[in-house]
Amino acid sequence: MNFEVVFFFSIAALAIVSAILMITQRNPIKSVIFLIVNFFCIALIYLILHAQFIAIIQILVYAGAIMVLFLFIIMLLNLGDESALTEKIGYKKTIAYVLSAVLLLEIVIGLSLPWTVAASRIHPNANEIGTVEAIGKSLFIDYLLPFEVISMLLLAAIVGVIVLAKKKFQ
Amino acid sequence: MNFNITDIPLNSYLALSAILFSIGVIGVLTRRNAIVVFMCIELMLNSVNLTLVAFSAFHGNITGQILVFFVMAVAAAEAAVGLAIIIALFRNKMTMNIDEINIMKW
Repeated sequence: MNFEVVFFFSIAALAIVSAILMITQRNPIKSVIFLIVNFFCIALIYLILHAQFIAIIQILVYAGAIMVLFLFIIMLLNLGDESALTEKIGYKKTIAYVLSAVLLLEIVIGLSLPWTVAASRIHPNANEIGTVEAIGKSLFIDYLLPFEVISMLLLAAIVGVIVLAKKKFQ
Repeated sequence: MNFNITDIPLNSYLALSAILFSIGVIGVLTRRNAIVVFMCIELMLNSVNLTLVAFSAFHGNITGQILVFFVMAVAAAEAAVGLAIIIALFRNKMTMNIDEINIMKW
């Protein structure tokens, strides 16, 4: 039991606990906070996997941009009473739990089949492929067309958001 | 500092990803607040990203991390559009409860 194993399992436990707290909080603001904790844990796990670029992007895009958007929307919609946003976590949950347990069991069985165990340790090249340099080269040489298509997708998303959220004039 | 992590097998990362995905599924199925359901979908996207990065690191192949980059770009667009839809729904029905937003139900 060395330091790295303890570090990984404590981060993984924190990620799972924050995810459970996220879906059990009644106040959506607290859910957002716990989801940000979860995203930071996943970014640390990316660092353990030598994926530095993805870890930084995770914090910048997910924990930064997307979650600020969520907080902003919650703040924007919080007009007057809280009852429009909070909810009673009530009935009909048993079927949902059973379905999720079956799904988890299915994934675990799929993972424990012998043909899925391909590698037992991190590849020696992992330090080189996670850097900004390697990802940038690959992105602008091999995956240039998908990169340009993503820019078109983001433009379409901007136009769509403006059309959807614009106040209608009666 | 050069520290190599060799003791954690790939299955640990995949198990963590599976648990996070299942928690996201539980959230989507049990919660009724549209914003929280949307956040659970983000959690599920993240657990799949974790799987991709783990496979990428263990196989020494960069393609998984490129795919995660594209997934994050699509997730950002999806979050913006989804929240705009939630705002439009809230403006029309004055509710966040997805059980009351049933105009597309037949």
